[in-house]
Amino acid sequence: MSPDPAAEVVLELRGVSKRFPSGPRVAEALRGVTLEVQRGRVTGLIGPDGAGKTTLMRLAVGLLAPDEGRVMVLGHDATRESQTVQSSVGYMPQRFGLYEDLTVQENLDLYSDLQGVPGADRKARYAELMRMTGLARFTARLAGRLSGGMKQKLGLACTLVRPPRLLLLDEPTVGVDPVSRRELWQIVYRLVREEKMTVLLSTAYLDEAERCDEIALLHGGEILGRGRPADFRDPLRGRSFAVSAPGVGKRALQKALSALPGVLDAVIQADSVRVVTREGAGPEGLAAGWPGAVIEPVPPRLEDAFVTLLSSRERHRAPARAQGQGSHPARGPARTGPVIEVRDVNRRFGDFYAVRHASFEVASGEVFGLLGPNGAGKSTTFRMLCGLLPASEGTLRVAGLDLRHAASAARARIGYMSQKFSLYGNLSVSDNLRFFSSAYDLAGARQRERIGWALEQFELSEFAEAAAHDLSLGHKQRLAMACSLMHEPEILFLDEPTSGVDPLARREFWSRINALAETGVTILVTTHFMEEAEYCDRLAIMADGEVLALGEPSDIKRAQGAPGHPAPTMEEAFISLIEGRAKGGQSS
Amino acid sequence: MSAASRMRLRGLVRKEFCQILRDPSSIAIAFLLPVILLLIFGYGISLDTEHVPVAIVVDQPDGDTAGLTARFLGSSYFSPVFVRDIGQAEESLMGRRVNAIIHLQPDFSRRLQRPDGAPIQVIVNGTDANTARLVMGYVQGVWQNWLSRRAAESGGVLAAPLQLDQRVWFNSELRSRNFLVPGLIAIIMTLIGGLLTALVMAREWERGTMEALLVTPVTMGEVLVGKILPYFLLGLGGMALSVAMGLWLFGVPLLGSAWLLFAVSSLFLLAALGMGLLISIATKNQFVAGTVAIVTTFLPAFLLSGFIFDIGSMPVVVQAITRVLPARYFVAALQTIFLAGNVWSVVLPNAAALAAFAVIFLGASRQKLRKRLD
Repeated sequence: MSPDPAAEVVLELRGVSKRFPSGPRVAEALRGVTLEVQRGRVTGLIGPDGAGKTTLMRLAVGLLAPDEGRVMVLGHDATRESQTVQSSVGYMPQRFGLYEDLTVQENLDLYSDLQGVPGADRKARYAELMRMTGLARFTARLAGRLSGGMKQKLGLACTLVRPPRLLLLDEPTVGVDPVSRRELWQIVYRLVREEKMTVLLSTAYLDEAERCDEIALLHGGEILGRGRPADFRDPLRGRSFAVSAPGVGKRALQKALSALPGVLDAVIQADSVRVVTREGAGPEGLAAGWPGAVIEPVPPRLEDAFVTLLSSRERHRAPARAQGQGSHPARGPARTGPVIEVRDVNRRFGDFYAVRHASFEVASGEVFGLLGPNGAGKSTTFRMLCGLLPASEGTLRVAGLDLRHAASAARARIGYMSQKFSLYGNLSVSDNLRFFSSAYDLAGARQRERIGWALEQFELSEFAEAAAHDLSLGHKQRLAMACSLMHEPEILFLDEPTSGVDPLARREFWSRINALAETGVTILVTTHFMEEAEYCDRLAIMADGEVLALGEPSDIKRAQGAPGHPAPTMEEAFISLIEGRAKGGQSS
Repeated sequence: MSAASRMRLRGLVRKEFCQILRDPSSIAIAFLLPVILLLIFGYGISLDTEHVPVAIVVDQPDGDTAGLTARFLGSSYFSPVFVRDIGQAEESLMGRRVNAIIHLQPDFSRRLQRPDGAPIQVIVNGTDANTARLVMGYVQGVWQNWLSRRAAESGGVLAAPLQLDQRVWFNSELRSRNFLVPGLIAIIMTLIGGLLTALVMAREWERGTMEALLVTPVTMGEVLVGKILPYFLLGLGGMALSVAMGLWLFGVPLLGSAWLLFAVSSLFLLAALGMGLLISIATKNQFVAGTVAIVTTFLPAFLLSGFIFDIGSMPVVVQAITRVLPARYFVAALQTIFLAGNVWSVVLPNAAALAAFAVIFLGASRQKLRKRLD
């Protein structure tokens, strides 16, 4: 995994540490990081939220000074010669750095003025950038009125008005739809090819890491590994399998497989379970107990490598823990008929349709996914289902209750976990549990019992008196989920519950979701992680307020298969759906 | 200044103007708020007491009482109502329909002939002590006036040991509007310079645009000038509007010269901008910046600048606090320039204080604004 010594290093970090004061304590954002970024390559900085990606980027452009070590960019010290460094690098911060009350053209003009682009060169450069980003038609539009994908491209164009030698992109694809993501990658590779640019890009998506020339895995402020994506995948060759067993539920299969000693990781992927075995353990043991089980070797993914690396570091955190024994008291006989019913629902804000003609049903005990980019209408649908927002037209029924008449009765039977976790940061873990349980009318012995259950089931006992904002992201997520389950709801709504958490925490979270589903709880979850869509029983793909496809993950993928490409990935299926819709829109 | 630096500055200033023009709240603070404040203070609130409703009770009307009540009727300070008896007058006072009762008793004319004169009974509602004192003074004035006029008519001289001949300088009509309007200009400029600037700069931090600016070759000096210049012009616009309204709508005199007004205002505006910038650099958050700006710039300018409340009559501790408020020096200079003229002995020390504040705040902003996030 050592980088090519002959290649020219454009960005170099040597033993870099950075600490931030965080209340009475000190948070270590980076610990002794050493990294090289080579000319003409796309290097990916991969890691979950809080890994230190943004800190590293800011150090590289001289916005932060390291506490230890040194950062060299194009032969200059990024701290002491920050002005020199800044005049030869381009940096797009996380929210793109756009002025939303300026038009596309005015944003470009501003950054050209700031970057000292001579007036004579501008016309040609703008034309080039507009062609590259496809924004030519929108130059007079306010940046705030652009879609997420267009904002991202404008942000990129603004950092490129003067061609930089090193381009730094901090999580450029967060919250952006897959089509725009793919276009961004095309632009990045064209820049590398045609303008000989060097790119350092950070992301929390492991599927994006596969597209980089080089990657560095960052976790907890440390580099876990560096190299080409293949360098990570190759050692796992012969250890990745897809297991399916006829007549065995995929969740039961996953649970059983992950309990096997030779199995390092087991996740649901459409109809089968994807397994990574421990070093030295072959596929032989996997079929035990299931006659007719099919075990197929599959090419390893970067995510497999990341999980392997992480779990070897953190042995106490076994991935994909089997959960569920008594985690949620068994409820009465499962309701017959749909638990959630959405029929021809519209939601308008003025003349804008946030949700248009949405229809779907969710059965009891089902894990149902809503997949779509930001602005697709997922959150609006969620808020309507929770009775927080009335529908403009159509019928919404939750747990057999019409939300138009019985919103509060329905709310008592649902649990809701929001994107931002909605915890009281300065209250302790047990205070948060106490508050949320009393908000759902729990008191006395019953309340104490449920708090005890939550602390034990979610392994939060040792943090019971810690303030919620001091918890790690994964623990915050656990606490938020516990809070939403205090009143034993029949239905659980999860709004992007896993964004930004590392793959191990995500696996643990999904094993809890699966365990809940087995006890009969109906789960509705939104996500923009494509692989998480595979964990769902059924899903609805949304874009621009409309449901584009509805069904089991494998059916949705199959329906988008082409003659030459019969088995597309979920992301490819998604893109094909959106593009198909755009074409249909033009022809009609 | 290099060509590249000029280009960057031009870009920043142009951007800021675009944002001001598209943000209704900036326009409102700069132009709508001055108009509203001036109208409220110009027409609504007045510290003068005029047309005070009084009940006049004359127990035995005759020529003397008619002469005296005619004086009350003719005075713009009073709007008298005549009532039949003292009981009814007391009822009106209780019901707050009148602020005072003027009672001429049955033996008024008879006792007027006597050397020690005739008493009139005046009952004033003392709830608002300030108004009560003014009303007593006005009644006294009307009474004295009538007595002396009466003495002159009858050829005699009023037997008074001392005659007070008053003359008011600088605001000879004693109109409170004349000193409120200059004070308002200070308030309006504080809002534009302090509050608006604090908000727009904090917005850049909040929305992440500052981070994008910092990694361009722009210098921090350019960023500061790029903020100061547009809001300086906006502040002067707000001031010009207020001065124009003051002069032509409310007839406030401007005895000093316009250029001195402009020069002193510019100094104050720089100090206010410096404070606004310093607040936003320290807080980096619109909500906190807005709250801090209101508490440290707007409220003190309103309460402690001498705009409404006389600094000389404040407790010593509070007086000491006013010394660190730029608005105090500005209000003093403005009131002098408007109502007394170019009085250098007043304007110069105040202007020097404003210049010192401007240097301190702008210097501290420059010092604190680093091309770093840590």
